[in-house]
Amino acid sequence: MLILFQQLLNALALGGAYSLVALGLTLVYGVMKIPNFAHGSLYMVGAYVTWALLTDFGVPYFLALGLAAVALGLLAMLLERLVFYPLRGSPGVSPMIAAIGVLFFLEACVQLIWGPDFKLLNSPVTGIITFAGLSLTGQRLLMIVASVLVMLALFYFLKRTTTGATIEAMAQNREGARLVGIPVGRVASLTFFISGALAAVAAALYAPTSLVSPSMGEIMNLKVFAIIVLGGMGSVPGAIVGAFLLAFAEIFGGVFVGANFADVVGFAVLVIVLAIRPQGLFGRTA
Amino acid sequence: MSLAPTPARSLPTGWPWLLVLVLAAVVPIFVHNNYLFDVAINVMIFAIAAYGMNVMLGYAGLLPLAHAGFFGIGAYTVGILTLKLGWSFWLAWPLAIVLCAALGLLLGLVAFRTRDDVFAIFTLGVGVIITESINKWDRLTGGNDGLNGIAAPKLGSLDFGKAASFFYLALVALALTVFLVARVRASLFGKSLIAIRGGEDLARSAGINVYTHKLRVMMLSTALAGFAGGLYAVYIGFLGAAITGPSTTFTILLYLLVGGVGTLAGPLLGTLIIRVLQQFIQGLQDYQYVVLGPLLVLLVLFFPAGLAGLWTRLRANRPPALREASDAGV
Repeated sequence: MLILFQQLLNALALGGAYSLVALGLTLVYGVMKIPNFAHGSLYMVGAYVTWALLTDFGVPYFLALGLAAVALGLLAMLLERLVFYPLRGSPGVSPMIAAIGVLFFLEACVQLIWGPDFKLLNSPVTGIITFAGLSLTGQRLLMIVASVLVMLALFYFLKRTTTGATIEAMAQNREGARLVGIPVGRVASLTFFISGALAAVAAALYAPTSLVSPSMGEIMNLKVFAIIVLGGMGSVPGAIVGAFLLAFAEIFGGVFVGANFADVVGFAVLVIVLAIRPQGLFGRTA
Repeated sequence: MSLAPTPARSLPTGWPWLLVLVLAAVVPIFVHNNYLFDVAINVMIFAIAAYGMNVMLGYAGLLPLAHAGFFGIGAYTVGILTLKLGWSFWLAWPLAIVLCAALGLLLGLVAFRTRDDVFAIFTLGVGVIITESINKWDRLTGGNDGLNGIAAPKLGSLDFGKAASFFYLALVALALTVFLVARVRASLFGKSLIAIRGGEDLARSAGINVYTHKLRVMMLSTALAGFAGGLYAVYIGFLGAAITGPSTTFTILLYLLVGGVGTLAGPLLGTLIIRVLQQFIQGLQDYQYVVLGPLLVLLVLFFPAGLAGLWTRLRANRPPALREASDAGV
């Protein structure tokens, strides 16, 4: 029983990180209808920027987290301007393929700059909290708390501010948003900025509990795509539910099926859910 | 492909292909460079896989991102059957193709409940499951160590272990593929697929059974992937899970885009160009994608029809009389 609760906490921490990455992806999809295959590489670059700021420049952890978020937000905006904006009218698979090119490019660049070796990202948040026989590392606690805070802030922004409402409006109806005078191009840039920043925050939070490597982006990419397809592409609550569902499936799948197949379990859940509900859990009818 | 009646020609439509085939068949008599054979064989194997992707993406407009997974299933089926059960390659190869087609059908039954982007991501997920299963199923696939020592096939006294003879095997396989794909494209089935690419609802209202057509093209696509995979297994002689992963799928996609999606020459042309280009930037090794990544983006941005598309565009600028006279199905 204790083990189950222990795994529950781990799944919550993992789900928090997944949700942040998935939220950025689903926002971009909602607003631009672009499945941004380069999203995972933004996450990976975010981890490397944080790592470089911490080790090469000696920046304190939380400042490094913030700086990485801004840097990745800007990088995502640049991508939108250079690659996705010019492709806005082209047939379905083109933006997706271009994004795959960006994914490869960023991964190769990171390998060129920082080498293919695994890096260890040391977080200052150390120590283990023990309560009623359950133990939780400080970093995992930080992951849970920070991701919940960021999600609440994002909800406040989307639901309660005018700028946030423009994002929602554009996701609902692009032409309608343009008609009522919403600057569609600027909102698109802003959405990409948010998605890049969220990916970097997730990376800075999650990387200390695992390792930093150029291939971490690809794996995360597949997972967050599984998540947003699971939740219904473009749906914000869907992304969060999907993220926790995947985290739970992986952690508990790892317990019951064996750690070897933990990664497969997540995708198996995806395939099963889609076989039953092709539009995803929260998607509008396909 | 215009529906207007084409004027009588002195040469059959496929003559440029025959010319290429004859040239390719003659070259090994004069050239004895094993390095060149190796490059050529790899080009042909991956071109077959690219043709398999082309029938889905180019004709039906569906992006199948589990493609390398089926390439891997074909390769591992041949590898396991010949290595562990001692089967002849000539039995294992057809079985691998049938298995890939059957699994493609199974995947299609579920995957075609989704559309467009979701379909692509769904198949990507399936691709990951295939790779991970191959990587973790140690007892069957050798897991991380892979399968080692798959023997080159023999046919009577002909030993395909030599690069020069394997070259002909790959050439025949490629020629069969091109012939098959060309026939499919010209058939009613191919035309129906193009209609589906243009718009599913429209195709359905024209009386095309979209679902069965998609299933059939999926089977063709995965069968071709398995066809290429089986050849790859016996050529390389070693199999690792990495070759079955999404990055192989994306590389095949790159070949297809460079050559021209939906064209007959595109898959071969693109594979040839990128593979040769890769020989020149071999020094970059893992950093090849610093060059190839932006190339993919630039292609999508500025030459979405690839090289074959560029050729069509150039030809379209010539006077109509000339164009009609040379309107071969390239």
